[in-house]
Amino acid sequence: MPQIAQMSETFASQLFWLLLVFGILFFVIGKGMVPKVMDTVGLRDKQIADDLAAAQAARDAADAEEEAWRARENANRASAQALVGEAKAKAQASTEARLAEVQAGIDARMAQAEARIATARDAAAGEIEAVAADAAKDIVSRFAGVNVDQNAALGAVKKAMAHG
Amino acid sequence: MAADTAKVDPMHQFAIEPLFGSDWTIAGYNIAFTNSALWMLIAGICLWIFMIGGMKRAVVPGRWQMAVETMTGFIDDLLEANMGKEGRKYVPYVFTLFMFILFANLLGLIPLPLAMAGLHAFTFTSHFTVTGVLAIMTFAIVLTVGFWKHGLHFFSLFVPHGTPTLMIPLIFVIELISFLFRPFSLGLRLFVAMMSGHVLLEVLSSFVIDAANAGPAYGVLIGGPSFILMIAICALELLVAGIQAYVFALLTSLYINDAEHLH
Repeated sequence: MPQIAQMSETFASQLFWLLLVFGILFFVIGKGMVPKVMDTVGLRDKQIADDLAAAQAARDAADAEEEAWRARENANRASAQALVGEAKAKAQASTEARLAEVQAGIDARMAQAEARIATARDAAAGEIEAVAADAAKDIVSRFAGVNVDQNAALGAVKKAMAHG
Repeated sequence: MAADTAKVDPMHQFAIEPLFGSDWTIAGYNIAFTNSALWMLIAGICLWIFMIGGMKRAVVPGRWQMAVETMTGFIDDLLEANMGKEGRKYVPYVFTLFMFILFANLLGLIPLPLAMAGLHAFTFTSHFTVTGVLAIMTFAIVLTVGFWKHGLHFFSLFVPHGTPTLMIPLIFVIELISFLFRPFSLGLRLFVAMMSGHVLLEVLSSFVIDAANAGPAYGVLIGGPSFILMIAICALELLVAGIQAYVFALLTSLYINDAEHLH
């Protein structure tokens, strides 16, 4: 087994070259290159984390913007609806007022017409009475030969008409 | 001729051979540049080339950069899961350790075409002189961090919560011994796993060669299944290479966590 057989003669050489090579590797690679590689990795991780955070922030901002827009939109809609309701109420009120006005005109004309009808009827009734009184006086003078004066005849006609 | 020299020594692949500088010394110790040192260097250079792909630092990574970032992220997650936020500062050490062992294990498995050119891959993690040093480094960090942060209070690591007063001395000794065994288990686990796999591959390949040399019938009957098994075990060894590197890194992080947080 050369490991044991050659131990005493090669140990110093093994130790020397191992320490030399390992020492150089430790300082050049371990101390020099490894930290740089790990820095690169750390930098990259940090950049990715930053980018993710920025994306998250942008998304949050967008969400907030959307929320604000929604609130504004709702307010606008509510105010528009209020405006529409107001206009509707105003239109209804004016319609009602016009209707009332027209109704009042119609009522007045109707009342006038009724009054005219009533006077016409009264006039007609008066004429009928006068005609009836003349006829009654004529009938009485012809049958009984009695001359009834105009007023008595009129009174009798009125009495008969009241009895219907 | 091949039949005569087909004596395959499965242990020969672990032999360390000086390539040059066999007379270099520091304080009387020989520090020749060996094949083991060469493969440490190759593993280091491969790791460095791999890491360069992660240096583009693009915000949208390419495949290579993604691979590098996956590896650092893997070790970062491992330490974060075992140690929490304090794990961050051990990433350089554990990452270097993990990747160095991983590359060493994987490079050691390269069979062809390097072997055809006479350049045999050498798995230096199959030497306990190497794995032991790595384990001792981890253990030294554990001790340093432990005593630095907690001072002598670090010894309370050896007395779990709720231990009856009567049992404290016994538990303390047991826990201390198990703690002191950690570097051995850490180093030996990697060494044994790597060595056994390579020995197994070598033995199976020697079956293929010997059977083929013994005759066509043997070659088909013994060599064929051996070859198929060898391919399967190669796949298993790739898995083991990753798992052992992971286990080393995982245990390192657990031990450092003990030192960092006591219990």
